[in-house]
Amino acid sequence: MMQSNLPAPSQLPARIVVEDLNAYFGGAHALHHITAQIPDKKLTAIIGPSGCGKSTFLRCLNRMHELVAGARVSGRVVMDDIDIYDKRVDPVRLRRRVGMVFQKPNPFPTMSIRENVLAGLTLNGIRPKDADAIVQHTLERVALWTEVKDKLHNSGTSLSGGQQQRLCIARVLAVQPSVILLDEPCSALDPIATARIEELFAELKNEYTLVMVTHNMQQAARVSDYTAFFYMGDLVELDTTQRIFTNPKVSKTEEYVTGRFG
Amino acid sequence: MTTEAITLDSHSQSTKPPSDAASHLLHADFGERRRKWFSHFVVALCGVSAVVVLVPLASIFLYIINKGAPGLSLDFFTKLPTPVGVAGGGLSNAVLGTLTLIGIASAIGLPIGILAGVYVAEVGKGRVADLIRFFAEVLSGVPSITIGVFVYAVLVVPMKTFSAFAGGVSLAIIMIPTVARTTEELLRMVPSQLREASLALGVPQWKTSIFIVLRTAAPGILTGVMLGIARIAGETAPLLFTAFNNRFLSTRLDQPIASLPVQILTYATSPYAEWQQKAWTGAFVLVFVILILNLIARLGTRRQVGGAS
Repeated sequence: MMQSNLPAPSQLPARIVVEDLNAYFGGAHALHHITAQIPDKKLTAIIGPSGCGKSTFLRCLNRMHELVAGARVSGRVVMDDIDIYDKRVDPVRLRRRVGMVFQKPNPFPTMSIRENVLAGLTLNGIRPKDADAIVQHTLERVALWTEVKDKLHNSGTSLSGGQQQRLCIARVLAVQPSVILLDEPCSALDPIATARIEELFAELKNEYTLVMVTHNMQQAARVSDYTAFFYMGDLVELDTTQRIFTNPKVSKTEEYVTGRFG
Repeated sequence: MTTEAITLDSHSQSTKPPSDAASHLLHADFGERRRKWFSHFVVALCGVSAVVVLVPLASIFLYIINKGAPGLSLDFFTKLPTPVGVAGGGLSNAVLGTLTLIGIASAIGLPIGILAGVYVAEVGKGRVADLIRFFAEVLSGVPSITIGVFVYAVLVVPMKTFSAFAGGVSLAIIMIPTVARTTEELLRMVPSQLREASLALGVPQWKTSIFIVLRTAAPGILTGVMLGIARIAGETAPLLFTAFNNRFLSTRLDQPIASLPVQILTYATSPYAEWQQKAWTGAFVLVFVILILNLIARLGTRRQVGGAS
């Protein structure tokens, strides 16, 4: 799947420009001076050993990091020429533009499949007139429609793990974000469900910018266009996935992708 | 060479007395026998204590059923009390009064208790939450008669009358800590992934707390509500100063109102056999209502736990 003809990430139109980003948990300095460009409409994988700051980085992109007590961020994250950490930016509104899919599928247990798809809209006071069309279209988009179209009013938690995760992706798509953050989205799924979700990502990246944290290097190699390697709070290297896995510039990256540590 | 010989030697010495070790395992010494005897003693002590706990409960139940059930009839719930010497009649005023008081207490206490629980669990994390939790605990430990006196001072005296409203307020104050505490504990049981899923969809914090977290915990909170109601249904002391009593059916909130506990107190301390019988029947009804509320709460908890796993 690796595309060998991709240009370096800095040569593509960037969806997100990260400048000197630092993240803290209380006194702990979790991310150090991260500067990076996330290319538009590509899938960028973030890899690195546990505790390297990859999830923290992801959570800085939709300002979920600051919800942790004592957490703090400095630096700039620019989307559409606006620094999302600008005082005038409302994090709640930002999160409708930057969706997030979590490690464990988390459909709302009190809601039906249909209500789950529409949750992001209805909870924000939007009652779309074409709700049925949105539900159908969004579920088709995540290849779930034919499986659930006759049981839209069943509980979202009645589905299998893989179906639940696709439902959660549909829930994000319904809000019409431009960026989707994926926090180890397949690590709770079996290989078949994982393969289906990965196919879905390959389609979604035609319309959305995807940023995926994964601890599975094969997955990063399979599905991503670009890969960022984080180590101990530093961004070691961000390049095309092919180069990261075959010919990285930094020896630390090579040691990691060849499995010598981590 | 020599060191090897030494280690070999010491090895063989340490493994030498296997027969000793085996005999040690097979034959209990005195200390061990004493330890086993003590263990049996402690187990027996626990068993006896458990029985001692159950005896009063069972005997109260049996005694109340025995004394109260014979007086049970439809009249008990539909007729007003009769004067001394006149047979028949019921305690409809007290039954309706207790329901009214529970209604007022719930209308005031449930919203405050639940919202306080939401605040402590979801919003005011840290010192403010600790402070509120501490005061709620203190409040739940305040003797109910003190709460009655307090409501007497702040409501009954200015209104110049005992009233159903004052009674409901005093019961609400007793109910709030229970409800707040249960709400808080159940909200904490809601997985943080659901909170995050909602926040990441761009749903504001307060909507997340109410429509996702509170809604998910709702069946369990209903349990807390039931326990809160069960707790106040039998309260007597605060009502003596607030709702007082009323021999007639009353639907006015600004007038004194009867209640089962106060009526039981009045009748049980009277010298008349018919009244004493009514007190027993009243106690029987009250215990059963509380028992049923507890059972509903218990079933609700089981469903909640089953659903979460």
